[in-house]
Amino acid sequence: MLSELDIKILNRVQSDFPVCSDPFSVLAIELDIDKALLIKRLSELQQDNTISRFGCVINHRKVGKSLLAALKVPHEKMEDTVTLVNAYLEVNHNYQREHAFNLWFVVTAATQCRLDKVLDELESKTGFPLLRLPMLKPHHINLAFDL
Amino acid sequence: MIPEEKKLNILDVLSAGIPVVEYPYKELAKQFNLQESELLGFIQDAITDGKIKRMGMVLNHHKLGFVANAMVVWDVPDCVVDKVGNILGKQKCVTLCYQRPRQLPEWRYNLFTMIHGKKRQEVLAHLSQIIDNNALHEYPRDVLFSVRKFKQGGARYVNE
Repeated sequence: MLSELDIKILNRVQSDFPVCSDPFSVLAIELDIDKALLIKRLSELQQDNTISRFGCVINHRKVGKSLLAALKVPHEKMEDTVTLVNAYLEVNHNYQREHAFNLWFVVTAATQCRLDKVLDELESKTGFPLLRLPMLKPHHINLAFDL
Repeated sequence: MIPEEKKLNILDVLSAGIPVVEYPYKELAKQFNLQESELLGFIQDAITDGKIKRMGMVLNHHKLGFVANAMVVWDVPDCVVDKVGNILGKQKCVTLCYQRPRQLPEWRYNLFTMIHGKKRQEVLAHLSQIIDNNALHEYPRDVLFSVRKFKQGGARYVNE
C-alpha cells in the first residue's frame, strides 16, 4: 500500500528529475521531507518494483532508430516466440494483446541497418510475418501517471 | 569533449538505469571516466536538444493497479489525421498518440493511442466519452487490451 507521502514522492519523481550534483537534496526541499528518508523510500519502492526504472527516456526520433512491431502467433507457439523475441536486447516493450496480431513490441537500435537486421532475423526465426510500424508523427506523449 | 560513439553508450546506460544513491551522477561519471560536471553538462545538453524526453522514474503501472491497458487504433483519412491526432492527444486519459503508416491489406489503422485504467470498463467508458465528445464515430477503430506483459524497459543501444 502506498502512503500519502509515497504518492507525493512518486508524482514528483516521474519527470524533471534534477540534473545536478545533489538531486535528492533539491527534491527533499521541494517535497519538504528529510533527504535520507526520501532516498530510503525510493530505494524500497524500486526494490519492490513499484518503480520499474530510474533513468532517462530517449527520443527515438533523434537518437537511433525504433519501430513498433507485431506478430500473429498461434496460441501453442506463444511461449517459444516470446522467449525468442525477448532474447534481443533491442526489444524493449513486449505485450500480448487481444487481436489476431497478438504480440506487440518495440524494437530500437543505434542504426537503421541494425534495426532492419534484427527485424529480418525476428521474422525468419519466428517464421511469422512481421508488421513493421515506424512512427511518422507523435501527437502526444505523456507517460507520467497522476496517482 | 565526449566522443560521439561514447555519447550513445552514455545514453544507453542512462536509459537502462541510474542508481538511487546520494550522488547518482557522480557514481555514473566514474563508470565513464568523466568528471561529474562533464556528465551533468552532457545530460543538460541532451535534454535541451531533445534527445532526452524525460528524466525520472518510470512506474510499474501494473503494480499500481493500472492493470487495464488498451492500445486503441484508428483508421483516419490522411487529410484529417493531424486534426484527429491532436484531438486524441489532448485527452487526459490518453498517454500516447502516434501516427504510424498503414500496412495494407494486413493493417488499416494509422493512429495509435494508449489508454490506461484500473479496470477494463473504465477504459472503455473513457473511450466512449472521447468518441462522443469529439464526434469520432465515423472512424473505424479497434481496441487491443493487453493480456500479458513480457518485457518493459528502456531502449538499449547494442553495439553490433
